[in-house]
Amino acid sequence: MPIIEIVFYLFSLVLIASALCVVTVGNAVHAVLFLVLAFFSAACLWMLLHAEFLAIVLVLVYVGAVMVLFLFVVMMLDVNVSPGSEGFTRYLPAGVLVALAMAIQLFLVIWTRGMEAVPMPEAPDKDYSNTRELGKLLYTDYLYAFEIAAVLLLVAIIAAIALTHRRRPDAKHQDPGRQVKVRREDRVRLVKMKSEGEGG
Amino acid sequence: MMEQLGVLAWTWAKIMMIVFPITIAVAYFTYFERKVLGYMHSRRGPNRVGPLGLLQPFADVFKMLFKEIIVPTNASRFLFLLAPVLALAPALTAWAVIPFDDWLVLADIDAGLLFVLALTSMGVYGILIGGWASNSKYALLGGLRAAAQTVSYEIAMGFALVGVVVLAGTLNLSAIVHAQSGSIFSWFWLPLLPLFVIYFISGVAETNRAPFDVAEGESEIVAGFHTEYSGSAFAVFFLAEYANMILISALAALLFLGGWLSPFQGIPVIGDTFLGAGGIHWFLLKTAVFCFLYLWFRATFPRYRYDQIMRLGWKVFIPITIVWIMVAGVFRVLGWYGS
Repeated sequence: MPIIEIVFYLFSLVLIASALCVVTVGNAVHAVLFLVLAFFSAACLWMLLHAEFLAIVLVLVYVGAVMVLFLFVVMMLDVNVSPGSEGFTRYLPAGVLVALAMAIQLFLVIWTRGMEAVPMPEAPDKDYSNTRELGKLLYTDYLYAFEIAAVLLLVAIIAAIALTHRRRPDAKHQDPGRQVKVRREDRVRLVKMKSEGEGG
Repeated sequence: MMEQLGVLAWTWAKIMMIVFPITIAVAYFTYFERKVLGYMHSRRGPNRVGPLGLLQPFADVFKMLFKEIIVPTNASRFLFLLAPVLALAPALTAWAVIPFDDWLVLADIDAGLLFVLALTSMGVYGILIGGWASNSKYALLGGLRAAAQTVSYEIAMGFALVGVVVLAGTLNLSAIVHAQSGSIFSWFWLPLLPLFVIYFISGVAETNRAPFDVAEGESEIVAGFHTEYSGSAFAVFFLAEYANMILISALAALLFLGGWLSPFQGIPVIGDTFLGAGGIHWFLLKTAVFCFLYLWFRATFPRYRYDQIMRLGWKVFIPITIVWIMVAGVFRVLGWYGS
């Protein structure tokens, strides 16, 4: 299937190139946009593997929400547009270390699974629902892991709110209920009086 | 190889069959908008170009296409020109999974609803990047407002759709419509009435339309994210916004009003005639009703204040949707709705 392969290599190339650009470009906004491109290419690769639910959720969550907030914050930062050399060389050793560790992990996984080429997954038949299968697995076999992950996320949400929420006594608040209840009589007093015109 | 190229060409032809009518629909939506607003303001709207002003949209389009695109000084040139494309591409791509009739859909994918949600959430990049790349304070403020608003209302919208998924038991848009067949009372607007209302209001907020159009609030920030855009670049932003509005209307029709199903279905005498049969005309009619609601809102409501928009999204809509998802679950368990 040549067209599928062409598409695969195209997206892989875009993925690798954009991932490299994330760490090499100087402008922070451009870096975030390259990261978005990397996520999107990864989602397309997953789609080629018939993992459509995961691919769409990657776009929905990371591209559609997380990266938008990221971009939002980066746009408001007052960062100098550096050519990217000084920070790049300073963090290079740490980066290489992390990359090496990940490469070794990947190698170990592939090595234990066997080195021979794995064929492309077959296109599933029409009644097969990727979402349904995933849901069944998550809510039966992996229920505890799933619930623990959910509780962890909840704890993280509460912690984030608790860390950033400070009660400021001088902050002014509006009470929409009271705003709605206001009637004209509370604000405006109509006074009837005689005209004080000329000659009066 | 030749066979695959043939499939590619046929798919491309099908894509054109969707994109071309949408472009025409957007053109006449703007005409319709100006006419409706006109009559709501007791005036006539455009009536000079062609009979009844029917050629006005084309006059506007050609005027915009022949205008110069001015790139502001120190603007990020590439991103400035890329932003309108990024706004338009998801707005058109999402139409790929919309079923117009029982058999009339370009890509009948399993997770169609998620696909639409993912693509509509990507549309905000065009606005955000356009606002940033313009090198203008007004544009940046407009972009930031749009981003915050879209992300907030996406949550309420997503939860409203969860209710639909609970009752339908599937993410496939055609299957969701099939799950509503029966009569007008088995459409999902009745069991999911609060979610239906919240979905459409969130949709109006997602597309940055009045009364939630603070992203381009004229009285505060000139024209928001597209302050610096002119000519065809502006026209592309315009096209994306209106394509998104029609998309939200079409989704509301599909998810809550039974898509292509006929409202007379299931009624003893009328339901057996041609009126009871479903078809694309019912789908288009329902979509048009929602499109009209957009214009009605614009003519009727004053613009929301920004903090009120955020309050409505986070403190009112999200709690209601969470409660109603539970109610929908109860309906499902009791077997009143859904299969």
